[in-house]
Amino acid sequence: MKVTFPESADAAVADVADGSTVLVGGFGPAGMPYVLIDALIRQGATDLTIVNNNAGNGDTGLAALLSKGRVRKVMCSFPRQHDSWVFDSLYREGRIELELVPQGNLAERMRAAGAGIGAFFCPTGVGTPLAAGKETREIAGRTYVLEYPIHGDVALIGAHRADRAGNLVYRKTARNFGPVMATAADLVVAEVREVVDIGAIDPEVVVTPGIYVDRVVVS
Amino acid sequence: MRTIDEIAAAVAADIAPGSFVNLGIGQPTKVADHLTAESGVVLHTENGMLGMGPAALPGHEDWDLTNAGKQAVTELPGAAYFHHADSFAMMRGGHLDVCVLGAFQVSTRGDLANWHTGAPDAIPAVGGAMDLAIGAKQVFVMMTLFAKDGSPKLVRECTYPLTGLACVTRVYTDLATFEVGAHGARVIATYGVDVGRLEERLGFEL
Repeated sequence: MKVTFPESADAAVADVADGSTVLVGGFGPAGMPYVLIDALIRQGATDLTIVNNNAGNGDTGLAALLSKGRVRKVMCSFPRQHDSWVFDSLYREGRIELELVPQGNLAERMRAAGAGIGAFFCPTGVGTPLAAGKETREIAGRTYVLEYPIHGDVALIGAHRADRAGNLVYRKTARNFGPVMATAADLVVAEVREVVDIGAIDPEVVVTPGIYVDRVVVS
Repeated sequence: MRTIDEIAAAVAADIAPGSFVNLGIGQPTKVADHLTAESGVVLHTENGMLGMGPAALPGHEDWDLTNAGKQAVTELPGAAYFHHADSFAMMRGGHLDVCVLGAFQVSTRGDLANWHTGAPDAIPAVGGAMDLAIGAKQVFVMMTLFAKDGSPKLVRECTYPLTGLACVTRVYTDLATFEVGAHGARVIATYGVDVGRLEERLGFEL
């Protein structure tokens, strides 16, 4: 589907359904799509599963979405931080589910979803509680754990610049999960700092080709 | 007894010139202070960069450029950015020469426990520790040899939940440096304590 440029972040997330799995880009503040998250809070979708490296910081962004009781489950690698008090109290009160995923598995499971891979054998976590109960296989003398893809109904990502074809470039380490999440969801919405004309981004430096991107809004 | 800085300097001295290295959050980041430009060591940060430079100076932070601890850092000439799946493929694929991690416990065969105390009220967080532990060609651990309560952190069997099996190769502590692996723990050097006293406090032979 060809990329569109909704007039607002609210319009860009208007059809996110209750119960959706939402992949949210960013590693800490770098690459975090704050404008789209705020729009999702206003939109009101609930019973969400959120996939992000963390589980919200401070009282804004993902933490605000959590504090409004919209999130049923968080899939992340590192929920506990010095400023994750919103998640911490929800978790301790048993009001939110956590699937803790090693950071590389989080990325690779989304990559698999985006690349049409049904499952993959991965050496990470062998012999640890995070592999407990999972199928394992010995391949060429090494033990691997079977990991399944993480597919999103929606991905909300932050990028630096888009062109009118939806091609994206990122800036420095703000790239992080964006390119992987862009491949792994049915509806991909990117928040960018600027939109430029077709031809203004050198095709050699495009990181996320526009085929993956459905909607672009300027933050 | 060595200070944290002395331990970090010892780790840095054991990193071969030209290595690709990931330094874990916390004390291991201090290793960077002891790596010289002439060593040609390239730092990897798992959020998606090779060629990471020192922390950004106050007032010069660029919040698009952070390390795994989400602190503002800088880029060195020759740096490269990549996405998360590539960053972890680099580890798993065996392209990273060394990672330096902290630990709650290391076993004499090299099992690592560094992500979870197992306390029932603790909120678990793992980050990239499990991927690094099994991915880097060599895993160095930096820690104090004894916990605050006096219990050894180099043990025959880890009692905390594991991060990885038989993955650690060297353990750098305030009192000694060890090689660990299938052969058990071997002392490379001690600092202000003799091996007999260490064995007594650890409760096993070295």
